[in-house]
Amino acid sequence: MKDLAQQLEHSPLRSAERRNNPYRDDKVIDACSIFGMMDQNRRLFTGNDIIEASANMNERVNGLGSGYAIYGLYPKNRKNYALHIMYDDKEALKWGSKYIGSNFEVIYDEEIPMDNLDKSKQLPIMWRYFTNIDVDHLNRMEKEDYMVKKCLEINTSGRGAYVFSSGKNMGVFKGVGWPREIAKIFRLEDYKGYLWLSHSRFPTNSPAWWGGAHPFAYLDSTVVHNGEISSYGANRRFLEMLGYRCTFQTDTEIFALALDYLLRKQHMPIEIVAKIFAPQRWNDIEKMPTNEKNLLRRLRITYGNLLMNGPFSIIFANHGLMVGLADRIKLRPLTAARKKDLFFLSSEEAAIRKICPEIDEVTHPQGGRPVVARCNEGIAS
Amino acid sequence: MEPKNNRSKFMIDAKNLTTRKLNEKVRKAVRDGNKQIAIHNVMGQRYIAAGIQGLIEIDITGIPGNDLGVFMDGPKVVVHGNGQDVIGNTMNAGEIIIHGDVGDITGMSARGGKIYIQGNAGYRTGVHLKEYHGLRPIIVIGGTAQDFLGEYMAGGLILMLGLNLSDGIHNADYVGTGMHGGTIILRGDVRGMGREVEVHQLDQEDNRLVEQAVLEYSKHFGCRADEVLGSKFKKLIPISTRPYGNLYSY
Repeated sequence: MKDLAQQLEHSPLRSAERRNNPYRDDKVIDACSIFGMMDQNRRLFTGNDIIEASANMNERVNGLGSGYAIYGLYPKNRKNYALHIMYDDKEALKWGSKYIGSNFEVIYDEEIPMDNLDKSKQLPIMWRYFTNIDVDHLNRMEKEDYMVKKCLEINTSGRGAYVFSSGKNMGVFKGVGWPREIAKIFRLEDYKGYLWLSHSRFPTNSPAWWGGAHPFAYLDSTVVHNGEISSYGANRRFLEMLGYRCTFQTDTEIFALALDYLLRKQHMPIEIVAKIFAPQRWNDIEKMPTNEKNLLRRLRITYGNLLMNGPFSIIFANHGLMVGLADRIKLRPLTAARKKDLFFLSSEEAAIRKICPEIDEVTHPQGGRPVVARCNEGIAS
Repeated sequence: MEPKNNRSKFMIDAKNLTTRKLNEKVRKAVRDGNKQIAIHNVMGQRYIAAGIQGLIEIDITGIPGNDLGVFMDGPKVVVHGNGQDVIGNTMNAGEIIIHGDVGDITGMSARGGKIYIQGNAGYRTGVHLKEYHGLRPIIVIGGTAQDFLGEYMAGGLILMLGLNLSDGIHNADYVGTGMHGGTIILRGDVRGMGREVEVHQLDQEDNRLVEQAVLEYSKHFGCRADEVLGSKFKKLIPISTRPYGNLYSY
């Protein structure tokens, strides 16, 4: 038996497990961790606290993906779309930069500063471009459509280039590693924002690669997710019919695309979007007052293919907005808390208390009911 | 509380300790024969008191992580703060007393012991609670709980007091879904129940259990026990001990 165990230990197939489970326990029980923190008065703060909170949930994850989204990040270039792109190699970088140059007006571009902590490994190439869309006749909606279209074109080009952040005055940083590791690699101590999301990953049924780490972002919307979407196939087909493409080999990007469609294109309030992602059961809908019943019936019939089946809790953010939502029967954890103007969402209460011991209010949201926090406004749930 | 007791307590500072390091310390303290252990600055470390046997008292200040008291067999764990998810997972015997609220699936598959929660509980409290011969677990919730209370319950007792409710209605639906054993006793009404349960009046034995549990709750957290006991209770028990018999057999 011992010989067999030793053999397995040196097999390349087990190499991932040795990283996942350095203690060689028989079973690893893990889940992703999500965390969000927002100053409702838009005061900027550093990432120290959120990195600490995220690292406090290391027990949930296995170091195969972490990421951060920061709002209020580029005040000097607040009017430009900030594109963050990861490249496989220099050739991809050359292609990507040329593509960006021919489709956008580039105000400024640079390599995203990164520290390689482990010299034995090579980091992917990360570049950021501050751009304008220099097409005069387009209105705002058309410009945003143009941006999403170009992002998807790059991501499906097969050239090894992936746009993972494309909003204004915000940005995503993500990769394969532990929360502290990724924060160090991207030198997050140099950045400030008024709203931070973080995610740390335990990949279950999709590969662990730099693009597959959360958050997922299109334009100003970002999403982090704990759980899995069993209805991925149906959701994907529906979104593909609308011209979207899935490019990151991970179920969570469905949320990002669906949010772009429902919130930006269809102008739906987030409360209605929550009813589409996590609707009530039919027999509960039947018990409701007529108006509500009709609305919910129509939503389920029209947008049934955007029902996110399976266990999940997500945090979604946009400028001035942070929303937490768990699936309708609450199969993944979500805790909300507030301390004066600071609003928190987290997989675990301990992570919040780690950075803010004296919380004014803690709640455990109901499944399918979004917790919505907006800047300069109270929490309405 | 009592300084004399404190002196004999084995103290552990959990600040910045990983789950593994903290549990190594706790287990070593138990191996060394300490009967009273106090852990401070707990901040999300998991599996505290996991599988520990014997009459040991563990006092926790802070917020313990998931799976507090998992597989525990005998100890008394007191938490001064809120708890997280899966407290008392598959515990065999002992007591867990939480001075605060707890997260989801408290007491999952527990087959013995007592869990006392001062405040509210999350989803699926007491999911698949069971009992075996003399072992009968009990979960007492001082406040209210979210949906699927006592889901797939196979034994034991859940008592929910609703002390913090103004209208006497617990905002919990699907209570007792899939239940096929054990008893849920409620003070107040719930928003909805699973179709596997029906409502009954309390009998003499139930009243005795409720009185015992409320007095114990009052001892831990303080409440007007006589006032609570004077109010109306109802109990939910399963219609069938084998609700899915027809589904899986042919």
